Amino acid sequence: MGSPPENSTLPGASSRAAVGRLTAGWQRRSRPPRLGEHDSRVGPLPTVREARRGPAGLIEAVTAAGLTGRGGAGFPTGSKLQAVASRRGPATVVVNGMESEPASEKDQALLAMAPHLVLDGAVLAARAVGAGTVHICLDRARPVQVDEVWQAAEERRLAGRDQVQLLIHDLPGHYVSSEETALISWLNGAEARPATVPPRPFESGVQRRPTLVDNVETLAHIALIARYGPDWFRSGGVRDAPGTMLVTISGGVSHPGVYEVAGGTRTGDILALSGAAERGHVLVGGYFGTWHHLDEVAHLPFTAAGLRTAGAAPGAGVLYVLPEQSCGVAETARVLGYLASQGAQQCGPCMFGLPAIADDFAQLADARPAGDVLDRLARRLAVIPGRGACRHPDGAVRLAASALTAFASDVRGHASRRACAARWRRASSALPLPRSRADGGWR
Amino acid sequence: MTLRLRLDPIACAGHGLCAGLLPERIGLDEWGYPVITGDVPPGLAREARRAVRACPTLALRLSRVHGTRDPSEQKARHRERNS
Repeated sequence: MGSPPENSTLPGASSRAAVGRLTAGWQRRSRPPRLGEHDSRVGPLPTVREARRGPAGLIEAVTAAGLTGRGGAGFPTGSKLQAVASRRGPATVVVNGMESEPASEKDQALLAMAPHLVLDGAVLAARAVGAGTVHICLDRARPVQVDEVWQAAEERRLAGRDQVQLLIHDLPGHYVSSEETALISWLNGAEARPATVPPRPFESGVQRRPTLVDNVETLAHIALIARYGPDWFRSGGVRDAPGTMLVTISGGVSHPGVYEVAGGTRTGDILALSGAAERGHVLVGGYFGTWHHLDEVAHLPFTAAGLRTAGAAPGAGVLYVLPEQSCGVAETARVLGYLASQGAQQCGPCMFGLPAIADDFAQLADARPAGDVLDRLARRLAVIPGRGACRHPDGAVRLAASALTAFASDVRGHASRRACAARWRRASSALPLPRSRADGGWR
Repeated sequence: MTLRLRLDPIACAGHGLCAGLLPERIGLDEWGYPVITGDVPPGLAREARRAVRACPTLALRLSRVHGTRDPSEQKARHRERNS
């Protein structure tokens, strides 16, 4: 058995904030590590008997570890495992590797650098909840990733490693297609659009079975907790944010990329890893997140509880630093236009409300508002949230509202037809927006 | 007993009949989709049920607010369902 990865400093990282658990042994290479390399790095998969050690084995260990979901919602993973395991009949596991958040790359990095760690976690979770099949959902716009994960699964099948079936699926990659009910809908033969809840996936998911849907990073943590135990997991991080987490940093920084940090690390210390300036604005939590002055969040722990005082949340671990020469109003307008185009076209408030606020922001960005755009926005931002089947409209509204506050002086200028100088530096448009994938449809 | 209006936003097509029948609790946004403004007190239960029945897409539902379980009301609802 390999030794537990310590909270060692990543090669190349200068700050103490970076640690290496999930990322232990990552190096530049042309292909993901094979099964043998993976096992020698982290140790072999615990046997079925070992996994059942203790009253409830893995579920108890994950609960004791205090692991929370790393897909954005932050729900306690142990509770979710327990909810699925306690339902009657055979269960199913769905691996959410869609990573539809354009400013996030951590799941893609994890699947490229440690696919077997993710698959180990999925197989262990399947054993724990009584599932015979694991559905791995990936974005079909990433054929290399799909091929690599397929090869990893094939390697395991030939080695006779798992008693569960691993099925790889490539789904249409719309922003809302990574929502868990959208995955289940697609796996059941319908379109990859979010569905009305209840029923929740743990009650009735794939083929109406109790279904566990977990993000790939969450499953990778499960694979390590099963090997080294909850105490080891909690030896990193803080009480309300145990273990480590992956963070994607991009924008106006000298070293953009994916970093692994201990739970509870201050936001400013995380940003320092990427060489971010200490002034300016940052988008916290991705395109469903919120804009802030750096000095508003730098001293806060990058955790749900820590960021709450600033009205922010870590989301899927995303930090985007607004480049110095960019206009926050114009950048927000671009993202809102993208989010409006990415709705599932199912719910009225989202179908009509998001294009309306995106248009308001486009008028603001151009400094050519029609009528009282701020008054109109205030009214629209108040009426849209909480009325969709999924949280897509709520996320877009949160982003828009935070921009009005964080860029208040720019907003006032634009609203009175004085665009900021940055507006005309078109090259400064930097927030990544995937090309429209309307051609792929929803099937 | 207080009742709660629930809307299935995917099923709702913005016909707006509900707002006409229960303006005390349902408004319409600028795009014609219903905005539920609160729970339904006993005095408005009849109008609320009428609004639920009027919905062409069966998007509106009425349910008991959790914690207000009342056996006599339950029986009444049961009779209503089976009538």
